[in-house]
Amino acid sequence: MDIVGLAAYAVFFLNLVGIYAIMALGLNMQWGMTGQFNIGIAGFFAVGAYATAILTTGPADQRIGGFDLPFLVGLAGSIIVCLPIAWVVGRITARLRTDYLAIATIGIAEIIRLFFVNEGWLSNGTRGIPGIDTPFDISNEGYLLVIAAFVALTWLLVEIARRSPWGRVLRAIRDNEAATEAAGKDVARFRLQAFVVGSCIMALGGGLYAHFVGFVSPEAFRPLYGTFLVWVMLIAGGSGNNMGAMLGALVVWLIWSSTEMIAGLVPTALIGSESAFRVFLIGVLLQIILVSRPQGLLPEKRPPMPGKETR
Amino acid sequence: MIEVIQLLINGILLGSILALGAVGATMIFGVLRFAHFAHGDFMAIGAYFALTVVTVFNLPVLAALPVAMGLTALLAIAIDQIVYRRIRRVQPVILLISSFATALVLRSVIQMVWGGSNQVYQSGIQLPWRIGPLTLKPDHLLIFAAAAGLVFAVHLFLTRTRMGKAMRAMSDNMDLALVTGIPANRVIIWTWAIGGALAAAAGVFLGMDTRLHPVMGWTLLLPIFAATILGGIGRPYGAILGGLVIGCAMELSTLVIPGAYKPAVAFAIMVTTLVFRPQGIIKGNA
Repeated sequence: MDIVGLAAYAVFFLNLVGIYAIMALGLNMQWGMTGQFNIGIAGFFAVGAYATAILTTGPADQRIGGFDLPFLVGLAGSIIVCLPIAWVVGRITARLRTDYLAIATIGIAEIIRLFFVNEGWLSNGTRGIPGIDTPFDISNEGYLLVIAAFVALTWLLVEIARRSPWGRVLRAIRDNEAATEAAGKDVARFRLQAFVVGSCIMALGGGLYAHFVGFVSPEAFRPLYGTFLVWVMLIAGGSGNNMGAMLGALVVWLIWSSTEMIAGLVPTALIGSESAFRVFLIGVLLQIILVSRPQGLLPEKRPPMPGKETR
Repeated sequence: MIEVIQLLINGILLGSILALGAVGATMIFGVLRFAHFAHGDFMAIGAYFALTVVTVFNLPVLAALPVAMGLTALLAIAIDQIVYRRIRRVQPVILLISSFATALVLRSVIQMVWGGSNQVYQSGIQLPWRIGPLTLKPDHLLIFAAAAGLVFAVHLFLTRTRMGKAMRAMSDNMDLALVTGIPANRVIIWTWAIGGALAAAAGVFLGMDTRLHPVMGWTLLLPIFAATILGGIGRPYGAILGGLVIGCAMELSTLVIPGAYKPAVAFAIMVTTLVFRPQGIIKGNA
């Protein structure tokens, strides 16, 4: 690969890292801070992507939409559409124990995907929605700046939240729900807030994704890409640590991309399918991370309590 | 009316398949305390093991069934010993994510070894029996009989053998069971063996009824969990009942909503159970 091609690939790569970093930050709010086991990331990702796709594309005969609205309105739409959905899901699942929550959220994500597959009037079915423009007619390089700005903004906001009294309550819920309840905190309310905020961050990631790829179809929101990779990123990076979430996105996406090269080196006769072999490698890699370093690359560092000296 | 009866027959068939998967899932949930997300993929790999036996030795599917069950049981034990055993003490959630990874690995192995396209055990058309206006495939009867036989065998195992009783004890009250000196590690190994074998049987039956595909098990995972929760976590009998209820509900739902939403029906029942009766029909360890 020549230097221009390499640079173009690096830009493409970093765009996707940025999108995944935002989703990992959203998951960190739910899992890392509050201990909510959401494996329905793909659902909120899809809602965000479709919302902006419908709002910002031109008119089409087969489906609703064609509002031709600007980019930022589309992204705002992603978050606004996600809000009531996340609230309802959070309300139903607020009291569920970890494993029940996991089963419930993955079910919701699959139903959202089924909905987009079957309700052609809205989503154009399996054919998907093409022609989603990048904002301001900029190239991938320009869009990288946009995504970087959104990553920075998201990071800033979740980091402020993490250090705030609100974040302290969330960690207390995660570590000891009964004690937090006894201290007079409305646990269900805090959990619902964290769930909704985290889900809306995922929807934002979905919106940015739609404008980057220019095309959405239900295929992109299978549990593997939508949910599983984000979880690998957070666990590998270090859950509870926002820097870790972003670092995890970079490292895991690097590994995921390099599996493409490894899969290209191994003769196809031996592995049958290249894409299956990549999934195999990433699955094995995750098992190794989980067995050898469950706390991730950057373990959680708690913010200092107010009034206390930082050690 | 005829349509309803026909759908009920299909529902009981689907329910038997779900029940076999759910019995294993509920026992793993009860004994090891985590939702095993690779259970559907155990079903799929079991079905593919049987496919290999059928094609290589040119045997009927039912003859391949015990081989597939045995191989999947061994595979389940091996995965437990290599991966899950090491992280059992960490956090249930890490186990759960790990089982998700296992699911992906198994599915990609199936794609790599057997290919990603649809396959069938036997080509050719089976002549259905017509009883009045109802149609029944001979395969359906076979599946139902074999599933009932397996469930009965599990019942005998759970009530008549020491290991079966130990398993129920661990699922009922882990601390008490451990205090009384139950060999926990052996119980865990047996749980995986039985869960894996039953999942394989469910996969083979599903393959007989429809076709084999790498994601065939994944699509049934949600209904299986629904059956597990409906029946009460850790309750094998509840899982059987739950499987039949979910299977019939999924089939009957096609009378009122599009068939594409069948998994959503299972899910709706599950959420309703979680909200109103989290312990399940038969009281579980919720």
